[in-house]
Amino acid sequence: MNWIKIKNNTKVNLNDIPTLDIDDLRNEIISLVTIDKMRPIAFFGKDWGRGQVKLFVALADDGQNKPAAASDKEGGFYITSSIFHAGIKSYECLTNIIPSFHNFEREFFEEFKIEPLNHPWLKPLRKMGDGKTNYPFFKMEGDEIHEVAVGPIHAGIIEPGHFRFMCNGENVYHLEIALGYQHKGVENLMVQAPSNQLIESIAGDSVIAYSLAYSNIMETVKGISVSNKAQLIRKMALEMERAAIHIGDLGAISGDIAYLMGASVFGATRTLVINTMLEFSGSRFGRGLITLGGVNFDIEEEKIKRALKTLDKVESDVTRMVKTMLKNSTVMSRLEKTGTISTERAQELGLVGIAARASGVNLDSRFDYPDKWIKELNFKKEKFEGTGDVNSRFQLRYKEIIDSISMVRKIFEKLKEFKNEPVNSGYEVLSKENSKDSFAISVVEGWRGEVVHIAMTDNSGNLTRYKIKDPSFNNWYGLALAVRNNGVSDFPLCNKSFNLSYSGFDL
Amino acid sequence: MFDTLKSRIFQGEQFIKDIQNAPMREQFRGLPILKNSNCDNCKKCLSVCPTGALNINPLKIDIGKCTFCGACKNICERNAINFSNFYKLTSSKRENLVIDERTTEELFYKTAVEVKKEITSVFSKSLKLRQVSAGGCNGCEMELNAASNVNFDMGRFGIDFVASPRHADGLVITGPITKNMVYALEDCYKAVPDPKIVILCGTCAISGGVYQNSTEIDRSFLEKYKVDLYIPGCPVHPLTFINGILDYIRERK
Repeated sequence: MNWIKIKNNTKVNLNDIPTLDIDDLRNEIISLVTIDKMRPIAFFGKDWGRGQVKLFVALADDGQNKPAAASDKEGGFYITSSIFHAGIKSYECLTNIIPSFHNFEREFFEEFKIEPLNHPWLKPLRKMGDGKTNYPFFKMEGDEIHEVAVGPIHAGIIEPGHFRFMCNGENVYHLEIALGYQHKGVENLMVQAPSNQLIESIAGDSVIAYSLAYSNIMETVKGISVSNKAQLIRKMALEMERAAIHIGDLGAISGDIAYLMGASVFGATRTLVINTMLEFSGSRFGRGLITLGGVNFDIEEEKIKRALKTLDKVESDVTRMVKTMLKNSTVMSRLEKTGTISTERAQELGLVGIAARASGVNLDSRFDYPDKWIKELNFKKEKFEGTGDVNSRFQLRYKEIIDSISMVRKIFEKLKEFKNEPVNSGYEVLSKENSKDSFAISVVEGWRGEVVHIAMTDNSGNLTRYKIKDPSFNNWYGLALAVRNNGVSDFPLCNKSFNLSYSGFDL
Repeated sequence: MFDTLKSRIFQGEQFIKDIQNAPMREQFRGLPILKNSNCDNCKKCLSVCPTGALNINPLKIDIGKCTFCGACKNICERNAINFSNFYKLTSSKRENLVIDERTTEELFYKTAVEVKKEITSVFSKSLKLRQVSAGGCNGCEMELNAASNVNFDMGRFGIDFVASPRHADGLVITGPITKNMVYALEDCYKAVPDPKIVILCGTCAISGGVYQNSTEIDRSFLEKYKVDLYIPGCPVHPLTFINGILDYIRERK
C-alpha cells in the first residue's frame, strides 16, 4: 500500500501513513493525477527532527470519474508521505508535469529550503524580507511594451498585494501577482495557541467556513460528538455566509462596471443577511457562533420566523436586480467574454470553488464529500453551464445565492425535529489517548471554494502541525491568466469576479 | 429603464436617518459590563480569553485587546461579565479602553473621546481618510467598506475614504501590522500631508489582537508615530466607526 485512503472529517494514526521514496512518490502522484484524475489538496512539510523533513501529500478523489450510476460516489482523500534525510536538499519538481503543484512546491521550498529542481518560477511565495520590491518579476521588452505596477496598497479598502501588468498596448500580455504582505505566521500560532478566535481571524470574510473546518477537525481528533441541532445550525450559517458574501460580490461587480444601482441595491440586501447573522450570533459575520462541541447560540422560533421573512425579501430583491441587469446591454457588454478561463485551463491549474464551477469544472466539496444532511435534506448537486467569463461567475453567484437561501429554509424546517437537543455537547475533552499521533483532515466548501484544514498531533495529543489551504491558494493564478488579452481597465472587474483572499493565501 | 426604476422603488429609503442614535440589535456584543462582586476568582474566564484582555481582582477588560467573542461571558457561572449592545467604543486615549466595574455606557461615552478645538475647527465638515490594511483579515476592511454603503452612508457627513494618501487628512490602519507591510505603511504615512491624524481600527490594529504573539508582525510604526483615535471591534461595526469619527471631529451638543 502506497497510500492510505480516508474520508472527510476523519483521522488516521500518523504511523499508518506510508512513507515512500521521493522518486516513487513522484511517479505515484503523476499516475494518480494524470490517469486517475485526482488533484492535490495538500503538499506540505513537517520538521521531523535531526535535520529531517517529512513531506505529506494528500490527493483528492472527488468521485467525478465514477460512472453516474455508481452507488458510492462519495469522494475521499489519498494520503502518503516521504522523508528527506538531513543533507538532501532537492528533488525533481512536479510542476513541469502537473502545473497545479506550482504553489505547493514553492511553499514547500520556502519553508524547508528543499528545492524542486526545474521548477519554472521558484519565486518567493510569502516571505519578502523587508517587504520592499525585490521580487524577481518577469521582464518584457518591445516597442509597445510597458509595465503597470499596482500595490501593495490599492485604491480602495482592500487587503495588500502587488500586481505587475506586462502590457502590449492596452492589452495585458501577462499579470504577475506578488503576495505575502499579509503573512502573519498563522500556522505556527495555531500550534502554539489554537483557538476559535484565531481561526476566525484568518480570512475574516470566511469566518464560518474556517471555524467549521477547525471545529470539525478538532472534534475528529478529540472524539467529541456534536448534536444534530448544532450541526444544522452550523450548516445554516455556512449557507448564510455564502449568500451574504455572494450578494456583496454582485454589488462589487456592479460597482466596477459603474452600474451604481446594482452596487446600492446589492449592498443594502447584503446588510439584511448579515444583520440576520448578527441576530443569531452577536456578530455580522458569525464570529463567536461556532465552538468546539457545537454552537454558542440557540436559535429561537421567533428569530427563525423573522429570518425566513427577511430571506423572502432578499430573494426577491436580488432576483429583481439581477434580471434587470442581465437585460441591460451595457451591463452585458462588460460582463460577457471578459476574463475567460476555459474548462481545460481551469482543470490544468487546479482551480476550485466558484472559479472552477463557472468554468465548467463541477467541484463542490459539499456534495463530493457529503455529510449525512446532504442526503437527508435531499440537496442535489447541479452542473452550472458556464463559459468561464465574468458573466458566468456573476450568474453562478446569483444561482448559488438562491440555492443557499432554499437550503437555509430546509434546514430551518428540519431544525424543528431537534428542538429539545442541546446546542453544545460541552467541552469535556476525552482522554488524550484518543487524540495522540493523529492525522486528521477536514474540507469545508466555503463561499470561495474548498477550505482544507489538516491537523497533526504528537504522542501526547498536542497539535504539532496545522496546515491550512484557502481556495485562493489555487485560484490566484487563475486570475492572472484570466486577464490575459483583456484591457488593463478590465482588471478590477476580473478581480472582483474572483474575489480572492489575500489573508487566506498569505496566512 | 422601467425595470431599473422598479428596483429603485422597491428599495425605498435605506439610509439610517439618525446615525448617532441608531438602534443596535440586542445580541451585539459591545461595551463589557462587569460586576466585580459576582466574581469568585475562579479564573475560568482567563483560560478561555484568546488575547489576554481580561484581568481579575479586580475584574477588568481591555477592549483594545478584546475580540468580543463572548467566551468569558459564556463560561462565567456567576454572571460577572456581560456585554451590552452599546457600540460607541471609540477612545482618543489607549488607557480609556480598559473597562472596569465602574464603567457605564454614559461614563465611557462622556470621557473616552477628547474633543480638541484644533480638530473640530478644521475637520468638522470634511475628513478624507486613506485606509491601509496591514495584515487585516478582511473583516474590518469589509465593515469599513460597508460604512460607505447606502445604509450607513458615511459620505453625508463629509467623511470619505480616498484613493491617494496625498488627498487624505489621515490614515486608518487595520490589521496587526505585518513585517511585510511595515515599509509600505510608513511610505503611505509619509505621503499624507501634515497635519494628519492616525486612526487604529479594530482589535488587531490596536493591540495585535489574536496575532500579538506572532513573530511575523512588527509594531514599531506605532512607537514612532502618534495615534489619535482607537476604534475597537472585531471587526469594527460601521456604526462604531462612523460615530467614533463624528465624536472626534464635531463639537458635542
